[in-house]
Amino acid sequence: MATVTVPEEKKIDESPAAPAEPKPTTITLRISRVNPSENAEAKFEEFKVPVQKWTTVLETILHVKEKLDHSVAVRYSCRQASCGSCGMKINGKPRLACYTKISELESNVVTVEPMNNFQIIRDLAVNFEQLFSTHKKMKPFIINEESEVQPGTKEFIQTPQDLEKFLQFSYCIKCGLCNSACPTMATDKSFVGPQGLAQAYRYTADNRDKGKEDRLKIVDQSHGIWRCHFAGSCSNVCPKGVDPAMAIQLLRGYLLGFRK
Amino acid sequence: MRESIIMKIHYGTALAAVALVAVHILMRMSQKFSDSLSYQNVLANYHFLPYALMLEVILVLLSVHGFNGLRVILLELKQGATYEKAINYGSLAAMAVLIAYGSRTILMAGMGTS
Ligand code: SF4
Ligand code: FES
Repeated sequence: MATVTVPEEKKIDESPAAPAEPKPTTITLRISRVNPSENAEAKFEEFKVPVQKWTTVLETILHVKEKLDHSVAVRYSCRQASCGSCGMKINGKPRLACYTKISELESNVVTVEPMNNFQIIRDLAVNFEQLFSTHKKMKPFIINEESEVQPGTKEFIQTPQDLEKFLQFSYCIKCGLCNSACPTMATDKSFVGPQGLAQAYRYTADNRDKGKEDRLKIVDQSHGIWRCHFAGSCSNVCPKGVDPAMAIQLLRGYLLGFRK
Repeated sequence: MRESIIMKIHYGTALAAVALVAVHILMRMSQKFSDSLSYQNVLANYHFLPYALMLEVILVLLSVHGFNGLRVILLELKQGATYEKAINYGSLAAMAVLIAYGSRTILMAGMGTS
């Protein structure tokens, strides 16, 4: 049997000194606990949670659920900023829990609360019914008699410029963070809200769509588009880079006759 | 009325009021401030028809703009069909009363009956 001799310098060190795992630090996670069905006041419960530099807020909440208190109510699904389920107030600002790293908060105390301007179901879980029904009212689909899917009908051609007009608004994941940050929504419960208005603009600005008049009529009412004060908080918190405040101004352009 | 028409009126009255109030202030500056408020001078303003008409227009513009602004604030404060109806008609009535009362003052001063 032939033997192969490995030169000394090519020998693989079988026990390399692996880079030391950074030690987890511990933070205090303050979770707002409330159960409206029991008419109890909201109170904060504190938990000590170990974190690494890549740990997200959602992971700390799940750590609490797994190891310390399984009764904490939280909604999540994708864990990658795609489903829009895990919105909550983190250290006072509406954010996605799965998309916010503890390290970026630069604090050893992290406070999580349910989003403002939504009805609380329990703890961090809020009711999305109004968000979804408003979204639906905006007719979030292309309205056009002709359709690409019908046989014998033409293909809709769009230039990159046509696409540019609405593309960023189609990235909305319906997380509701913008509605939660909106100061008008805080006092006017009937206000359509930045999410719905941004979606009304998204479809109105699409040159394949023929439903402009319908949508403008829906947003042009006493609790519609005109109640926006252009605070801009919606655009400030959107995790997907959507700019609802801009969409609202562009949509107003149609109603004021600046845009066709 | 559609909200967009109301808001067009709202923005239009604001712009027009700013322009006319600027003219009004410039007219005050044509003489010493204390003189401009003397009884005779104030009365003379109302006797000068174009100026009296401008004051009337300013009155209408500011009443329309102001009461619609108040209506919007109150609608944002609280919601409910009855409440909203009361606010809409209430602000319209208040606007009409203020315009009527202001017009009466302008008319009486202009005709020298005050
Ligand atoms: S616009 Fe942004 S913040 Fe608002 S619902 Fe859509 S993704 Fe969320
Ligand atoms: S879990 Fe889906 S967006 Fe956070």
